[in-house]
Amino acid sequence: MDYVLIWAGLMAFAVFAYVVLDGFDLGIALLFPFIEDQQDKANAMNSIAPFWDGNETWLVLGGGGLYATFPLAFAIIMPALYVPLVIMLLALIFRGVAFEFRWRTQSERGRKRWDLGFTLGSLLAALAQGIALGALVQGIEVADRAYAGGWWDWLTPFSLTTGIAVVIGYALLGACWLIYKTEHRLQRLCRQAAFQLTLALGFMIAVVSVWMLFKQDPYMRRWFDYPNYLYLSPVPVITVVLGIYLLKAIKSGRELAPFLTTIALFALSYFGLCISFYPQIVPPSISIWQAASPESSLKFLLVGSAILIPTILVYTGYSYWVFRGKVNSEDQYH
Amino acid sequence: MFELFDAVLAARLQFAFAIAFHIIFPALSIGLAWYLMVLQGLWLKTGRDIYRRVWRYWIKIFAIIFGMGVVSGIVMSYQIGTNWSVFSDKTGPILGPLMGYEVLTAFFLEAGFLGVMLFGSNRVGRKLHFFATIMVAMGTMISGFWILAVNSWMQTPAGFAVNEAGQFIATDWWQVVFNPSFPYRFVHMMLAAFLTTAFLVAGVSAWHVLRDRSNSAAKLMFSMSMWMALLVAPLQVLAGDFHGLNTLKHQPMKIAAMEGHFESKDGAPLILFGWPDMEQKKVHAEVAIPKLGSLILTHELDGHIQGLDAFPEEDWPNVPLVFWSFRIMVAIGFAMVLVGLWSAWARFRGRLYEAVWLQRLAVLMAPSGTLAILAGWITTEVGRQPYTVYGLLRTADAVSPLDAPAVNASLLAFVVVYFMVFGAGIYYLFQLFKHKPSMNEQDIQRGQARRAAGITPIQGLQKDSTAEGH
Repeated sequence: MDYVLIWAGLMAFAVFAYVVLDGFDLGIALLFPFIEDQQDKANAMNSIAPFWDGNETWLVLGGGGLYATFPLAFAIIMPALYVPLVIMLLALIFRGVAFEFRWRTQSERGRKRWDLGFTLGSLLAALAQGIALGALVQGIEVADRAYAGGWWDWLTPFSLTTGIAVVIGYALLGACWLIYKTEHRLQRLCRQAAFQLTLALGFMIAVVSVWMLFKQDPYMRRWFDYPNYLYLSPVPVITVVLGIYLLKAIKSGRELAPFLTTIALFALSYFGLCISFYPQIVPPSISIWQAASPESSLKFLLVGSAILIPTILVYTGYSYWVFRGKVNSEDQYH
Repeated sequence: MFELFDAVLAARLQFAFAIAFHIIFPALSIGLAWYLMVLQGLWLKTGRDIYRRVWRYWIKIFAIIFGMGVVSGIVMSYQIGTNWSVFSDKTGPILGPLMGYEVLTAFFLEAGFLGVMLFGSNRVGRKLHFFATIMVAMGTMISGFWILAVNSWMQTPAGFAVNEAGQFIATDWWQVVFNPSFPYRFVHMMLAAFLTTAFLVAGVSAWHVLRDRSNSAAKLMFSMSMWMALLVAPLQVLAGDFHGLNTLKHQPMKIAAMEGHFESKDGAPLILFGWPDMEQKKVHAEVAIPKLGSLILTHELDGHIQGLDAFPEEDWPNVPLVFWSFRIMVAIGFAMVLVGLWSAWARFRGRLYEAVWLQRLAVLMAPSGTLAILAGWITTEVGRQPYTVYGLLRTADAVSPLDAPAVNASLLAFVVVYFMVFGAGIYYLFQLFKHKPSMNEQDIQRGQARRAAGITPIQGLQKDSTAEGH
């Protein structure tokens, strides 16, 4: 059994779980300034208050898991992305404390300040994550088991573009979550936003997908060598179909379908990314096998994970089920 | 302007700063989660509403503290990689899985049930709600288990080999987790978390009792916290002593620095105060009790004590820092024992709530646990220097290949953001502490819900306060 492959799959899953889960709650903060009514604002925030902490735990699993299973990749990627990661961490602080502080401050001014922290923190975190992704895709300079570049190498037009793409994607996830969890005026607002964001995201996916191919030779070969393009050509086709379906679902008054479809869009884009990467973990030079921990470590952590990850999914699902249904002002506040 | 410190020192300062802020919150989260669990259990068992009132008082404080712990904790998990990449590469195969297990067994458990604990009391039954609280409390302690296993392994590494890439790899996971200093460190830290919380609760409740001696909720909190001081503080002194003997066995150099012993000798004194001078290798203005050092450490009057001279000078930690932080921790520990005994005396005489000076001291000592934890961690972590993995990997060799300006800039950003955000958090906490525990303590309020007004009829209020008036 190839433990390295199993862990590469599990880590990919953890990162994807993080992107979707924290994606929608970061996304809500991005929409926050456009929500005018105070009660709607409270509803939007309360729709994620019981979950955001669990959602961010996937980020810790991503970091901690990489440290455990692919320590060399962790040791190279983290310093290479130093600036965006530090910005992300600090931004997440502002956004995380806003959940409590917003209700603790006595004054209107204070509340506005934490609302701004909530939005700006989430915006910077999303942007930094997107930039980090772009910086990883475009490749990281490695020499002698360590990062060998400078501290501004991550900043390129490409990484800024992926940064913006992720911001738009998260905002769309957030809008779709609120379509599902809210009613009336706020839901209508989110439908409008989601429609425009879908168009914008479609454009960004197209740009990044094509641009990316020119960043590293293996990406181009992965998609256009025979017979790969035969297997992989459905990926862009299904993406387009899903995009059109998403637009229709938003327009037609469906409540849960837009959220699920957006997740599917994310999954396809993510799949495309993983396909391009494989078997690299730090493009262009470090493969998953080179970066992996020794088998004793991979096995030791896998034994527990095999039981724990399904258990986590069950009780996380349970917690979402407890807070099922629409948020409303009379019920939620406890 | 961004080259104030060299890259290694800036990285060390950043880590020390971030973890010093962080550690306060999880320590209080552990203690408060267990306190809330006990309160809720007592409420379910006795049906007495006062337990629920106290629960509701502390749940709001817990929510803020927990939130600050989460956001400052995410920073820690990434900072290992951003600033200590060589350390990450080398220790990942051993410490990574332990942290992985911390995430899987503790963080998800806490986070998964926190929502139900904070917001779910209307959505689930009482027992299920209690179950959620138990899960959160368990999660806090399991988290402590793993992270202390990690920290202890860095102090007393065991069960490992080194592979050709220079990475530490496990040969025996049981020895890795239950490394020689782990059991002592774990017990010492958990007791510290409980005591820190107990003294915070004591300080807040004493303040309210001083202002209003008829406030039954404040009296209950005060009484409970004084029981904790009486029972746990002496246990902690004992645990600390065992931990010290364990350190003597595995890290004698650290003990020499803590005690200020520059010279090895038989029948070493216990130095109470003084100023250790690393240049001249002596303690200035020393106040010492002859032979007591040997008696405590070896349980013999003429026992042999290794001094710092037994070790190469380039391996010494910063002696004055370790020496003084250790004394601060110990002094606070004994002060806690004293408060516990005093409270027992006052309780025995039936005057616990009238003991004004005890209560004033309790108010003063509200942050004492926090200070003791910080001092204790400085002792043990600075005492580990100049190594990250004791005796095996030097701190200077563990750092990321980053330019000094990058690390200085991020250090500055961390300092600014932490003081701003956590400063505000601490301000909000003080507002909650100031808030008197009342008859109709509300659940966490969010948004414009207008349920509060109708919840406690005014007659109920009056009845309640006359009942307590005697």
